[in-house]
Amino acid sequence: MPSVLPPLGAVLPELLLAVSAILLVLIGAIQGEKSANLINGLAIAALVAAGVLVLLQPGTTVVAFHGSMLVDPFARFMKVIALLGAAASLVMSVDWLSRAQQARFEYAVLVVLASLGICILISAGDLIALYLGLELMSLSLYVVAAINRDSVRSTEAGLKYFVLGALSSGMLLYGASLLYGFTGSVNFAEIAKVATQPSLGLIFGIVFLFAGLCFKVSAVPFHMWTPDVYEGAPTPVTAFFATAPKVAAMAVFVRVAIEALPNVTHSWQQIVTFVSIASMVLGSFAAIGQRNIKRLLAYSSIGHMGFALVGLAAGTQEGVRGVLMYMAIYVVMTLGSFTCVLAMRRDGRAVETVDDLAGLSRTRPLMALLLGALMFSLAGIPPLAGFLAKYYVFVAAIQAGLYALAVIGVVASVIGAYYYLRVVKIMYFDEPAEAFDGMPGELKAVLGLSGLFTIFYFVYPAPLIEAAGAAARALF
Amino acid sequence: MSFAAAFFYLFAAVLVGSAFMVISSRNPVYSVLFLILAFVNAAGLFILLGVEFLALILVVVYVGAVAVLFLFVVMMLDVDFVELRQGFLQYLPVGAIVGLIFLAELVLVVGTWISGPGVTVTKTAVMTYPKGNTHAIGQVLYTDYIYFFQIAGFVLLVAMIGAIVLTLRHKANVKRQNISAQVNRMPEDAIKVVKVRPGQGI
Repeated sequence: MPSVLPPLGAVLPELLLAVSAILLVLIGAIQGEKSANLINGLAIAALVAAGVLVLLQPGTTVVAFHGSMLVDPFARFMKVIALLGAAASLVMSVDWLSRAQQARFEYAVLVVLASLGICILISAGDLIALYLGLELMSLSLYVVAAINRDSVRSTEAGLKYFVLGALSSGMLLYGASLLYGFTGSVNFAEIAKVATQPSLGLIFGIVFLFAGLCFKVSAVPFHMWTPDVYEGAPTPVTAFFATAPKVAAMAVFVRVAIEALPNVTHSWQQIVTFVSIASMVLGSFAAIGQRNIKRLLAYSSIGHMGFALVGLAAGTQEGVRGVLMYMAIYVVMTLGSFTCVLAMRRDGRAVETVDDLAGLSRTRPLMALLLGALMFSLAGIPPLAGFLAKYYVFVAAIQAGLYALAVIGVVASVIGAYYYLRVVKIMYFDEPAEAFDGMPGELKAVLGLSGLFTIFYFVYPAPLIEAAGAAARALF
Repeated sequence: MSFAAAFFYLFAAVLVGSAFMVISSRNPVYSVLFLILAFVNAAGLFILLGVEFLALILVVVYVGAVAVLFLFVVMMLDVDFVELRQGFLQYLPVGAIVGLIFLAELVLVVGTWISGPGVTVTKTAVMTYPKGNTHAIGQVLYTDYIYFFQIAGFVLLVAMIGAIVLTLRHKANVKRQNISAQVNRMPEDAIKVVKVRPGQGI
């Protein structure tokens, strides 16, 4: 009888996360609330170590646990981005945690558990691992959203996210059961063998499964929760929500579409195209009226998910490479933007409206410069990183013959540029408001790195393009 | 009609009837009791199918733990279920329409199941384990499916941490048992011997 245990190297990052989550719970339970900062530091170390372990894995594809777990270049690429996002959002929460009444050591533990779910989700090779990873991630996120339990908005955000998330899980599970019923297997590779021509039941299953996945990436028409949850949850939590879980959901979206359903591309291509157009258009128009910067970034992330899905709609290797690059650049830009939101504090209180940024160029020139660059990049203005991200997905769409999609995407990105540029205009041309409190060192570091990456990425883009290309090749 | 078929209709009829009573009975305690009846009948159906492990798990876990917990909650919380159910009849027509649409969709989907193409490729033989399906599940649960089993364990861990994070509050004014103080208490600390003269009081 062959051993059921896979080669240890393949599962080492996940094992590390699992063991460290349990150890951190124990330390927290023994030491009490005063250990919150220590546990936060250890959690960051665990996430970084897991990321390094992922990088050290060899470049081959390893199938573990009877096909339930796939460790291929695609999974490794997405895991590194997701773990980077998770670790950075924990770094960004150091200052928030040290404020008295919010010191809760469970926060970092739940982020590590969510990251474990994220890694399982990215590596999922069948529908059961997909569902379990998704639930592990989502359950942790529901709790983290409501972690500031004395705030009405935070609890509302958590409850709203939980109820809608449970509904979407139900839809996803229903779709998965139909897919299983009509193909006779839960394994993606087996499903791909059977699903060679679209049948009614198969399409039903795909629709429900994709509906559940669209909820997780917050694509229109399943985006309703995003602005409310982003606004209500504590800001470091929002930064986490906007990065790692999005990467995981997008990864599994791509994997299901490309790996399980490669022979029925036309059945899901229309769905992805529609969702992509709707997200891009809504993300551009709905953000115009927003005055709260967290809601603005929520609509911006809806729009960005639409742009990333353009690459998936193409359904080609270039398209998948575009999605991967888009997600990597999106995570870096989003982290930078959220450090600025976290730094928006006056007299120890957080302020959240766009108008509070007025005249930032005169009170804090460097922060204004970097935030301005991030906003230009989010809008997709060359030669910043955001432009290159959009360029690759649109080129893939055009190569796949989806001209209408590409044209609508470009138009939407021009409309979206309005509200990003408005932020820049308020920072540089409005009368200065009162200056913000000093920015903690760790926020400065994250903002600096993210800003530098965004501005100077075009100088040497080759490594990311190559890594994304290798990752995309693994799926085809 | 065979013996098994007779039992099938018996269990199925009681199951549907008690499920209906769960939502229609006025007293919430009766609802939970009907829920237990529904679970037990579902377990009977499982036994007819030959999956005795699931049947017993259903009884042990759902009847033994979950339903009893429901009963505790219903009895301990003073929820006015009559008030909660006031809009029930009002929403019934819309609910019925939605239910019918779902039913129609289900029939449509299940109707095509027979003609699902290519299913035979992945169709696996029914597992035949001479020692019964409990043995069969035991053989694969901790070996082939160890990965899922462990993830499920982590999901439960998150649920536990989450419940504690969101609800546990350390209140300042709660009197707690201080065992060392109790043990170290001497008779002199607590008892005062007073000589009381008859007829005078203290």
